[in-house]
Amino acid sequence: MAKTDIGPPNYRNFMPPVMQKNYGQWKYHEILQPGLLRHVAESGDELYTVRAGSGRLLSTDHLREICEIADKYCGGYLRFTSRHNVEFLLTDRGKVDSLLAELKSKGYPVGGTGHSITSIVHTQGWVHCHTPATDASGPVKAVMDELYEYFVTMKLPSQLRIALACCLNMCGAVHCSDIAILGIHRTVPKPDHSRVPNVCEIPTTVAACPTGAIRPDPKAKSVVINEEKCMYCGNCYTVCPALPLADAENDGISIWVGGKVSNARTAPMFSKLVIPYLPNNPPRWPETVAAVKNIVEVYARNGRKHERMGEWINRVGWERFFQLTRLEFTDKHIDDFTLAPDTYRTTTQFKWG
Amino acid sequence: MAKPKTPLLDELEKGPWPSFVKDIKQAAEKKPMARDLLGQLELSYQEKIGHWKHGGIVGVKGYGGGVIGRYSDRPDLFPGVEHFHTMRVNHPTGWFYTTEALRKVCDIWDKHGSGLTNMHGSTGDIILLGTKTENLQPCFDDLSEAGFDLGGSGSALRTPSACVGPGRCEWACIDSLDICYNLTMEFQDQVHRPMFPYKFKIKVSGCANDCVAAIARADFSIIGTWRGKIQIDQKEIQAYAASGLDIREEITGLCPTKCMSWDEKGKTLSIEDADCTRCMHCINQMPKALRQGKEKGASILVGGKAPILQGAQLSSLIIPFIKLESPYKELKELVLKIQDWWDENGKSRERLGELINRLGMRTFLKAVGLKPAPQMVKTPRANPYVFFWPEEIKKEGR
Repeated sequence: MAKTDIGPPNYRNFMPPVMQKNYGQWKYHEILQPGLLRHVAESGDELYTVRAGSGRLLSTDHLREICEIADKYCGGYLRFTSRHNVEFLLTDRGKVDSLLAELKSKGYPVGGTGHSITSIVHTQGWVHCHTPATDASGPVKAVMDELYEYFVTMKLPSQLRIALACCLNMCGAVHCSDIAILGIHRTVPKPDHSRVPNVCEIPTTVAACPTGAIRPDPKAKSVVINEEKCMYCGNCYTVCPALPLADAENDGISIWVGGKVSNARTAPMFSKLVIPYLPNNPPRWPETVAAVKNIVEVYARNGRKHERMGEWINRVGWERFFQLTRLEFTDKHIDDFTLAPDTYRTTTQFKWG
Repeated sequence: MAKPKTPLLDELEKGPWPSFVKDIKQAAEKKPMARDLLGQLELSYQEKIGHWKHGGIVGVKGYGGGVIGRYSDRPDLFPGVEHFHTMRVNHPTGWFYTTEALRKVCDIWDKHGSGLTNMHGSTGDIILLGTKTENLQPCFDDLSEAGFDLGGSGSALRTPSACVGPGRCEWACIDSLDICYNLTMEFQDQVHRPMFPYKFKIKVSGCANDCVAAIARADFSIIGTWRGKIQIDQKEIQAYAASGLDIREEITGLCPTKCMSWDEKGKTLSIEDADCTRCMHCINQMPKALRQGKEKGASILVGGKAPILQGAQLSSLIIPFIKLESPYKELKELVLKIQDWWDENGKSRERLGELINRLGMRTFLKAVGLKPAPQMVKTPRANPYVFFWPEEIKKEGR
């Protein structure tokens, strides 16, 4: 019988010696070029970090290739970042150029530092989720192909963090991203009354609904869904597989902007809705790619240095944002959830656009 | 077995960004499971719809979580993914690996699963993507033998995560890695045996830049900060200015509290530290010249979450400053006290932040024994619906 509750391996044993030695004794760092950091310790020791983008979904053979590179240049140590990037950690400046050359030849994008776009945090989508309103890896790949230059350079006003979640359960917690790509369902689950009695437990199914939109239908030994109350979260489908939610023609993508997590300058902010719906158009989601690219380019042209997306929008106003991006403003953009009145304009001060 | 034809997915092998399709195809060379995943995914791309059902309860002996059950709704077409369960493996704190350890995980996953992973899942775990029910226990046994353990799922403490912290970063005000690792080890039971109203997340960031999004994503957010004066090296400031950094425009001009000024003639920067809110902007821009104050600790915030159910929330400040030193006794007691209150009062699927909203911050603070402070709010109350505790009201005849 295997041991349980042993917890993860102790990270200390997985750190390269230079990090163990200078633990908590780092003095400063600089970004030498996109994707290359130099950290200097109080002791004078130096650590070079080469950051490479990743698609997050990795085969074991791909991981072994990453291991081979880390063996060759980094004494067998590496780490990943909170945004799926892989970081190669070196002490020998002399090896950096050949590492960069090898990564380039093997197709690893190097960048994602400073005023760049870094890897998109995302969820499973059609690869592994049971309630997705869109795929995750596909739109991410298509968007990053188009925004590649912003990963390998640092020419934006500030950092730009993009995240994708394939439904509003938001395993990807995209709600504080500069740009959030969010899958949305727009139609209620369709009970399969012939299967509900056999595969679902009615009380559990009713209890699974966060908004109380499901009630039992004792005659049919099934359930009825109140379309007014349903918010398309898919929780009921989790417990009752006879309540399919997906709708190929109506599911799609919404775009949100202006969120941030960091406390630098301004407080953390939520992302706000700017495009309520774009169709799912695999394999390359051209509408989503064009929409994200447009927002990035308008921000790149208009944002001031160090200004995050949301800081720029707060400075110029949402009315100016919609004008500059030429996005249509609709009734979907006006909040009607619990704190909606906080978002109405309660002043005579506004811009014409 | 023939390779599935995937004309739509093949389109995603083009372009400069790393292609997940290439990775799935790589695994499909060896694994029928990955081959059928590829086939099913192509079907999803054709039909614009997912083909997974949620699982029943699957897992490993002694644990109530760590495995996400998943079944194909087209096992007739794709028998290899009839079961395709995910194992969440608790990542080494800070996502550090030796190639030896990482290869071990790869070998185990080639032996028992699809050969596909996510490095990493949203909460931080290593995601081992897809295996059959009968492989779960043997896979866990091998992982355990190799020194790895499962992470959290369901209504449990989810795998805590931390920024790179003192491992590499000069801005770490706390030992984010050690705090995360220590809490993870202390609360193993909570991770593996779901016992709460809903999920509970702990994230640890070394400074206000918050690289693990603790404030946005954690029920219990630990974020490093400091007291006292920012340490200034005027010579290095001058070097930044000489190298083209516009101190007035980019530093003092963007300071949110306007607590700093730049003397252009004398080339000196001065800071009114009492007005500083420690946002990190100036330090971020001039790491060689500015260092945080010497008295370091953390702010504690609670209640952050994504939208389900009552809308997204950021964590709210409940402790402005606390010193955190191993073995973090006070911190652990606070976590337990908060969880007890939540466990006692929370409804099913109610996150901590939502419970605080429902019962009121004052009730929460009283229950966990924290004294109200103006730092906890943006503004005091603007409505007159004030509640007083019974003991604060004079009773007739006393």
